[in-house]
Amino acid sequence: MKLLSLPEQTRIPFMRYRKPVMIGSLILSILSIVLFGTIGMNYGIDFRGGTMVELRFEEPVDIAEMRSEIGSLNLGDVQIVEFGDPTDVMIRIEEQPGGEEAQQRGVIMLREIYGETADFRRVEVVGPRVSGELAQAGAIAVVGALLAIMAYIWLRFEWHFAVGAVVTTAHDVILTIGLFSITQIEFNLTSIAAVLTIVGYSLNDTVVVYDRVRENLRRYKRLPMPDLIDLSINQMLSRTLMTSITTLLALIALFVFGGEVIRSFTFAMIWGVLVGTFSSIFIAAPLLITLNMRRGAVAGNDEEGGDEASEDASEPAKA
Amino acid sequence: MLHFARWQSTAIVLVIIVGIFAVIPNLVPTSWVSGLPSWLPKERIVLGLDLQGGAYLLYEVDRQDYIDKRLRSLTSDVRQSLRTEPRIGYTGLGVIDGGVQVRVRDATQFDQARQRLSELTNPLAGGLFGSSGVEEFALSEGSNNTLRLTFTEEGLAQRIRSIVDQSIEVVRRRIDELGTTEPNIQRQGEDRILVEAPGGNPEQLKALVGTTAQLTFHIVDTSISGEEAMRTRPPAGTMVLTTSEDDPVEPLRPYVVEEQPLLTGEDLVDAQPSFQQQTNEPVVTFRLTTGGARKFGQVTSQNVGRPFAIVLDDEVISAPVIREPITGGSGQISGSFTVQSANDLAILLRAGALPAALTLVEERTVGPGLGADSIAAGEIAAIVAAVLVAGSMIAVYGLFGVFANIALVLNVVLILGLLSLLGATLTLPGIAGIVLTMGMAVDANVLIYERIKDEARAGRTPILAIDAGFSRALGTILDANITTLIAAVILFQLGSGPIRGFAVTLAIGILTTVFTAFVFTRWMVAIWVRKRRPTTIPV
Repeated sequence: MKLLSLPEQTRIPFMRYRKPVMIGSLILSILSIVLFGTIGMNYGIDFRGGTMVELRFEEPVDIAEMRSEIGSLNLGDVQIVEFGDPTDVMIRIEEQPGGEEAQQRGVIMLREIYGETADFRRVEVVGPRVSGELAQAGAIAVVGALLAIMAYIWLRFEWHFAVGAVVTTAHDVILTIGLFSITQIEFNLTSIAAVLTIVGYSLNDTVVVYDRVRENLRRYKRLPMPDLIDLSINQMLSRTLMTSITTLLALIALFVFGGEVIRSFTFAMIWGVLVGTFSSIFIAAPLLITLNMRRGAVAGNDEEGGDEASEDASEPAKA
Repeated sequence: MLHFARWQSTAIVLVIIVGIFAVIPNLVPTSWVSGLPSWLPKERIVLGLDLQGGAYLLYEVDRQDYIDKRLRSLTSDVRQSLRTEPRIGYTGLGVIDGGVQVRVRDATQFDQARQRLSELTNPLAGGLFGSSGVEEFALSEGSNNTLRLTFTEEGLAQRIRSIVDQSIEVVRRRIDELGTTEPNIQRQGEDRILVEAPGGNPEQLKALVGTTAQLTFHIVDTSISGEEAMRTRPPAGTMVLTTSEDDPVEPLRPYVVEEQPLLTGEDLVDAQPSFQQQTNEPVVTFRLTTGGARKFGQVTSQNVGRPFAIVLDDEVISAPVIREPITGGSGQISGSFTVQSANDLAILLRAGALPAALTLVEERTVGPGLGADSIAAGEIAAIVAAVLVAGSMIAVYGLFGVFANIALVLNVVLILGLLSLLGATLTLPGIAGIVLTMGMAVDANVLIYERIKDEARAGRTPILAIDAGFSRALGTILDANITTLIAAVILFQLGSGPIRGFAVTLAIGILTTVFTAFVFTRWMVAIWVRKRRPTTIPV
């Protein structure tokens, strides 16, 4: 009945390559930060304020002509791009000087020109005060999520794992920011949702690997750390791959068929799943070696806390 | 792990049945819902504004506008108070640095003046106990016999709070007049009002909500022309107001009017759009309260031949000349209206004025076309994702893949059912959340199945391997899902509208996933094990 088989009982020596891969990741992370600092992200109106209008015309539009029409309105920096279909146009207008009241200017003017010929499918206007608040809330959310998750892992695991998980997640977030910087895909509130979901996914992956590492630490007391981690990763490899594949399939379906509105969201998510999968193997696990994880700590922790149900269940006696 | 007590099986079946029943109202046409048997839940999933089209408007009470208005009226209170007999001589009355200031001419009258002004500090009512002990203004003394009334911090905050409450009422009345179905109007933070209205015409909605609609009638002072008054300064007790810059007849024409209005919108009992009989142009007719009618009759009989200005939000709409005393208590406002604008003004006057101007600080509107497209796109994406995920599960895990897929179907049913029962809003990112959950939901199944393989490799018999696989995967499943749940909860805290919808479906998806993958799949496998007594493991 089965058509495909996942690779089983692999013995890939992941830890042998851990140094070059980690250095590579470090370089990519630094590059991402540099890109973020120099080019920067293309912030959407959610964080920068301004106006975003999506128009649909009856017939394909001459964007160059629109540019000159709108350019004469004196609205400052205006971006006009095709949006999905040749009849659809997305117009972004920068925040207008003159406070909250001035922000309606762009929409009013656009309605004067295109009110008759185009369907205003979407209009978003974010004033300067709200955009500032949203940017702050977004930053707080990402940092808050990282801290909350770190606290949870600290409770459930040992501090090495918590630090490892947070470093890994931060790595994924940084690379995602790098992606946004280099592609100049608009970064808006939905992108924050994407980043947070990536945080969730990446941790999910990391936690699953860590769970196995912890279990193996108890079982194979004498195995050297790199071998133990290799063993754990290989044991979990088919699961890691399968979950990434099904999640990616769902995301690709969303990317292709889900419409223009959430395309940048799904694009970021696809990237996040790839990076998250990679990092749980090549960053999260070797970090335990880097952090000089001692196996005694785990055993001790176990006795103190009796920390969760699965431990009881994993006593061989039960079976 | 593979043993289920009868009550457990019953509970599982119950959850499935409730889930299916909760989804049913979403599957039948709206008109059928009322015809469903009474024991079925009726709640349908609420579609977010991004899916059904509509407007999300966030307004902020214009503090400065309120402060200016309030200080202006306080100034006239101070004037009145000092002018009552015995009069107190004063000079330099005006609004200075956010307070009302006045200098008493005669130092011997200073204490008396302070006494009178202290009556204007206006203790604010506060809840159950009558007085909150908070006064709106604080009276202070300056050098050189000056007195100063300034807002107290607490008093202003309390005022703003009650203004927001009043404004919400007014906005609600206005939107109800429009006939919009199920608008959501609520306070947000300290000084903001969120208006969410599905469907409709967002431009009209904005025009209606954003207009203060402070209507006043003023006698026009004809002793000096408007242009001249603008160059020099208007006589005491008068001010210059102009027509709107969009006025089609005479844009920005100045009028000198008396500061004290002879009537305000509060004197109106009704307003209706109508047509003027001779010219057939749209007008708004109004009726006055008994008190208003008496006042209006009195003033118009004293001022026959003089014009009076009809002013809306400090802009002159028109300034007809009083031809004869108007004693009937009704009248009409003309002034180059269109049918639509006459209708809107009538609504505004009926619903009453906003206590302070509202500033639009965030606007998100989606047309019905885009909403429908998004639903269609979301549906296709969900179906394709389901087929791809289900196909790969069967390809890799065979029979157990089928189990996982049945669990997946139940998972989606439960998500939709819970969304219906909770009355949660489904947004486009919410649909993305469901699709993503489909991809990630099978993760729990994968964890279990891989664990079963491990256990089998370790030499256990199939049934023991399956049992151990489930029990040992639980900790991992919980850890993995709780971390995502934390992210979802934080996302919910942060988000508004669509993002919140994503967080909700993600969080619900995690809960249902733990149930369908761990409990329901295990239940199915348990039944299968009991029936088949497998000797090999099909994963």
